[in-house]
Amino acid sequence: MSDPTTTGTPEAEGTPTPAGHVDTSPDHLERVATTDAARELPPERSGFGEGVVGEVLLDIQGLSKSFGSVHANRDITLTVRRGEIVALLGENGAGKSTLVNQIFGLIAPDAGTVSVKGDATPIKDPKDAIGRGIGMVHQHFQLVPVMTVAENLMLGHETTRAGVVLDLEGARRMVRDLAERHGLRVDPDAEVDDLPVGTQQRVEILKALSRRVDLLILDEPTAVLTPQETDELLGVMRELAASGTSIVFITHKLREVLAVADRVYVLRQGAVVGEVATGDTDATGLATMMVGREVVLSIDKEPATPGETVLSIRDLRVEDDRELTAVDGFSLEVRAGEIVGVAGVEGNGQRELVEALAGMRKVVSGQMTLGDLDLTRADPHRTHHAGVGHIPENREKHGLVSAYSIADNLVLNEFDQPPYARSGVRQFAAVRENAQRLREEFDIRSSGVMQTAGSLSGGNKQKVVVAREMSFEPRLLMAAQPTRGVDVGSIEFIHRRIVQARDQGAAVLLVSAELDEILSLSDRIAVVHGGKVVAEMAAADADRTEIGRLMAGDH
Amino acid sequence: MAWVMRNRVTVGLLAVVVVAAYVFYWAANDIAPSMYVSAWGYAIPLVLAALVGVIGERSGVVNIGIEGQMLIAAFAGFFTAAATGSILVGVLVGVGSGLVAGAFLAWTTVRWRMDQIIAGVVLNIVATGITSFYYTPGKILPGVIPNLDIPVLQDIPLVGEVFFSGRSWIATVAILAAIGIHLLLFHTRWGLRTRAVGEYPSAADTAGINVERLRLVNVTIAGSLAGLAGVYLSMDASSSFERGMTAGRGFLALAIMIMGAWRPLRAFAMALFFGFVNAVASQLQQSGLGVDGEPSGFLEWLLAAVTSPQILATLPYVAVLVVLGLAAGRVRAPGAVGQPYVKGDQ
Repeated sequence: MSDPTTTGTPEAEGTPTPAGHVDTSPDHLERVATTDAARELPPERSGFGEGVVGEVLLDIQGLSKSFGSVHANRDITLTVRRGEIVALLGENGAGKSTLVNQIFGLIAPDAGTVSVKGDATPIKDPKDAIGRGIGMVHQHFQLVPVMTVAENLMLGHETTRAGVVLDLEGARRMVRDLAERHGLRVDPDAEVDDLPVGTQQRVEILKALSRRVDLLILDEPTAVLTPQETDELLGVMRELAASGTSIVFITHKLREVLAVADRVYVLRQGAVVGEVATGDTDATGLATMMVGREVVLSIDKEPATPGETVLSIRDLRVEDDRELTAVDGFSLEVRAGEIVGVAGVEGNGQRELVEALAGMRKVVSGQMTLGDLDLTRADPHRTHHAGVGHIPENREKHGLVSAYSIADNLVLNEFDQPPYARSGVRQFAAVRENAQRLREEFDIRSSGVMQTAGSLSGGNKQKVVVAREMSFEPRLLMAAQPTRGVDVGSIEFIHRRIVQARDQGAAVLLVSAELDEILSLSDRIAVVHGGKVVAEMAAADADRTEIGRLMAGDH
Repeated sequence: MAWVMRNRVTVGLLAVVVVAAYVFYWAANDIAPSMYVSAWGYAIPLVLAALVGVIGERSGVVNIGIEGQMLIAAFAGFFTAAATGSILVGVLVGVGSGLVAGAFLAWTTVRWRMDQIIAGVVLNIVATGITSFYYTPGKILPGVIPNLDIPVLQDIPLVGEVFFSGRSWIATVAILAAIGIHLLLFHTRWGLRTRAVGEYPSAADTAGINVERLRLVNVTIAGSLAGLAGVYLSMDASSSFERGMTAGRGFLALAIMIMGAWRPLRAFAMALFFGFVNAVASQLQQSGLGVDGEPSGFLEWLLAAVTSPQILATLPYVAVLVVLGLAAGRVRAPGAVGQPYVKGDQ
């Protein structure tokens, strides 16, 4: 590895010398620091032994980018100091991803400069960005699914033996070293495809770290994670920051921002509308900045007036895709005019339960009835016509046809019924008229109803699904993770509509991994663990820690 | 040893095939050697063409124009050799024209993001048109491509006879190419990057790999192997050029690539298998199975129909269908095959 004559000397063993490219002199700091706060910080050495905590690592001035007539970013100015966690907060379509893609060299800005460690030469491409110490964990993981963890980590900076043969053993060692140093356990020989999402993300972070990053960009890192995985990730972020890595992360979850970030930039319609230290703000303040108006985070709702039982599930048993029992003796009743929230750690049979109720999954045993109708063996078509509205967990896959227009998506389960079809001929005027009405009513932001559903932002896609499933006034509304990956403004809207459906007499079954959502919306809460209800309580009596304990299987 | 255990099905199958081949070789030594020789002769261009497909699809580019690439090369090689009086110049021009055809496919599909299937079909149509239009009968080759007998190896019973003696050096190149591309694909930096680009190009891009350039280079260079396959057909296997002489081998090669699970060595084995099925078919045709005289009754008519030379000649293609059917669902194409990569469009 190193020169044999120097091995054994204490210097070569103990202290790694700084990589050299970072100038830590006060003069340099004076030149690169753009904010007074940065200049005032004492030049402590950071954990990596290179650079200075508080040194300005990333300095963005007047950045603008347009796509056609859309201003994705306008005149953005932003700085990130070493060891700092900065959150970029904004609704879907506020320009957060465009901004970070410019930092990582995936998109070239129209105007403005991005300087990294005082170097303002434009970032040409990801390779250039990586070379300058920027790492990025993309929202859609950039891992080759059929390759192993080690292969993915070495991709792009492979080491070879004898100049040609891939050094896989070296890559495995690198994975193990990195994993150990950062406490991110992962098997170097596991195929990425076989790993759970949370572990894949760990691999992504390790991949970025394997390039010696100074600045780590995380694009909506928690969108796909369970609450446990999220907490784990937030812990990892804190540790990385403590060891001198700066982190920029995109999110629209206020709780995470307040939990880990030092500072927040709030973006709206492509521009920075606010910059604030997390210590100086709270959830309401951030939400108001994001949306540009006061946002009601807690839902004002009248007390429920439950009527007769609409949905009754008795001793239901359902298997998952691997043919293992996922729903194991589940019983629950939902009455008209009440919202029943199903709380539980993801993977405790909620998905299979909803799919069985929607007629998408075979029931092994047990019974479910809607009023007098037995829906145990019904298919989705019958379930729908029996009066069940279903907001599916996976809206891209089960909620929408991306290539179809908004108008067609809004009649996806009624397209062959009058007035949308007569004698087997589709009535486009009626379809369009319906779409225009729902677009207005549900505030679906699009250029028109003939735009494809796939081109909408996450929140607006969800509004299309919600609009369709509510428009036929279902007797039972099932909402599975109705606000996942949806911006704050849309969350508020969707929540209000769900309560409204209840007030109009629908029975609502709400399944969510967000405990806050369950607590604020439900009239009654059922906690599931291991595929069955372990506790039922009125929402008024619910206690957060108690539910958490029950969710964890302690009952 | 661990490797053997992990691949015990493949290794076991291989052992069975080798033993069976030797048993047949000793038991029927009047027909077996000539059948093996003809099988390998049939397989050579298939191996080369299947490798073209493997390299292309592993990089994410479907190459349905292998047929056209081979045809152009067969044409260019043969007529250049006939005109210049030099076999070497003919071979070089043939291989070069395969390279040019590969470059055409690469630039249209990768740089200009034309639909890969359409680009391949265009290549095939253009190749058929040009080679048919400029075809002139009566030309002859100035010589033959020299044979390459490998010392020592050629003395191995069966294997030496079939693979290492009595064949031109193109056959040796086909063997080396299969082994070489296997090693390159799975044990070098180029291979790792190529597989990444074909599986998940945006991952490669964000790791700092130039997806477009790698695809351009790979598809272009692979064209030279298609060129060599074409040269083999017109200058080695038959010493003459005929219109449409590739006779669907480019497409058969794609089937072999799929059955070989996009792996060079398995594709090589599959090509040998089809060569052998073809040899069996021609052996059956020659041995005059079937019914003497007019068939009487339905069964005799059926037997006569099934054993007629025309039906027997379809045997390799029937085998393709059967094996493709068996392979369906068991093998997996590279993830990004057929999709042009647009930066930032993840």
